[in-house]
Amino acid sequence: MTKAEIIDAVYEKVGGFSKKEASEIVEAVFDTMKDVLADGEKIKISGFGNFVVHEKKERIGRNPQTGEPIPISARKVLTFKASQVLKRVLNPDKERLKREAAARAGVTGDGD
Amino acid sequence: MTKSELIDRVARSTDVTKSRAEQVVNCVFDSMTQALERDEGIEIRGFGSFTVRHYKSYTGRNPRTEEQVHVPAKRQPFFKVGKELKELVDSAPPKSDDASPEG
Repeated sequence: MTKAEIIDAVYEKVGGFSKKEASEIVEAVFDTMKDVLADGEKIKISGFGNFVVHEKKERIGRNPQTGEPIPISARKVLTFKASQVLKRVLNPDKERLKREAAARAGVTGDGD
Repeated sequence: MTKSELIDRVARSTDVTKSRAEQVVNCVFDSMTQALERDEGIEIRGFGSFTVRHYKSYTGRNPRTEEQVHVPAKRQPFFKVGKELKELVDSAPPKSDDASPEG
């Protein structure tokens, strides 16, 4: 899926926008997120996940080919942590398997 | 920033009502969720890409009880930050002006 397809989805499902307007507003969503993250602020999208900027200290890395140590400078990195809701969407049977396992375990030992 | 704050900012910057902005933001993340559900990757130029990684099932162990536990196969979403955003995030600290011309 590309941004163009997201714009199409907004155009078709939300409606009331021209293609151009749908495009501008979707661009605004990602541009806003970029600005906020560039400021080092995290973004929490409930049901989807969190985008968090982490500050990394300087550390010594290694050239894997030569084994030569090289300093890796301090930096800020962006990470994404998927929400439980999104993980459940991707694993619809997992919940069922977990319940079944719990039920089997429940036969021998109940409670915790 | 929360989703509702994102909605507020999008509404202000695009001059649409909050409720319209809310519909759009929800539609964006719903579409992305549905793509991942279909096992489809998402590529947002300048922002990053999302992929679905497949993990096989394995037998794990509860470190406290030593009990063996079966961990079922699972799919996990994975985000790779795009080059532009990666640089934006890292350039944020007010560095003493080191001249590093970027192409």
